Amino acid sequence: MTRRLTGWLGELLITAGVLVLLFVAWQLWWTDVTAERVQGRLVQTLTDDFGSGRAGTVGHDEFPELGTAKAFAVIRVPRFGADFARPVIEGVGRPVLALGVGHYTDSAAPGAVGNFAVAGHRTTYGRPFHDIDRLRAGDRVIVETKPTVYVYEVTSHEIVRPWQTEVIAPVPDRPGATPTERMITMTSCHPKYSATQRYITHGRLVKAVPRAQWRLADWTRVEG
Amino acid sequence: MYAALWRVLPGPVWLKVVEALVLVAIVVAVLFQWVFPAVADLVPFNDNTVG
Repeated sequence: MTRRLTGWLGELLITAGVLVLLFVAWQLWWTDVTAERVQGRLVQTLTDDFGSGRAGTVGHDEFPELGTAKAFAVIRVPRFGADFARPVIEGVGRPVLALGVGHYTDSAAPGAVGNFAVAGHRTTYGRPFHDIDRLRAGDRVIVETKPTVYVYEVTSHEIVRPWQTEVIAPVPDRPGATPTERMITMTSCHPKYSATQRYITHGRLVKAVPRAQWRLADWTRVEG
Repeated sequence: MYAALWRVLPGPVWLKVVEALVLVAIVVAVLFQWVFPAVADLVPFNDNTVG
């Protein structure tokens, strides 16, 4: 009887171990597979929308996975690759961040005075900001909306604790100050596979180009 | 418990193997599609936001 019980216990423990390994495989590998596919399709939907008579925002009628969220921009970072493009969606909840880069709802709109603040995964779920630590001052971050394409240049980065919301203030790191500049802030987790800190990259708007005059190839050069 | 399961599966050995593989595939599919996404919401290492 005892032997039988220990046999069952052993099988249960082995099963638990296999379940944990399966979860790790799902988290580290499968979420990238599925999220990259869905994010690529969302970028394509947005791009088609920008080039047509449609509104310029994509909701669940065009892209059911969005639920109540709305996608409204495409972010391009030439340092991450010439064809790197991810959708930007309103809000920073978990379901949104599985579909792309999330916009902090209370922060400024793209190109507006203040701070256009976005969050993205560093690892898993398509990891849009995996290489955020490779960005250097002067690197471009391009935010495409339907009417206008905004080009930002990276100015600085910092590593903070998760509760330091001053990094996404209208004037970064000076909460309460009145903004005069047009900034962008990207947040992601740090170090990789950890949530103890946040990697923050700031940038400044250098150019706003009407869609009719936009040529991506003019802006994709990466220095060094 | 797996020995008991093996005995319950009908047919010759090759069919039992196929049946066992199908069962494993079903379990993995359910885990990947529904269970793991729900569990992932409860673990903290996917946070990228401040606030």
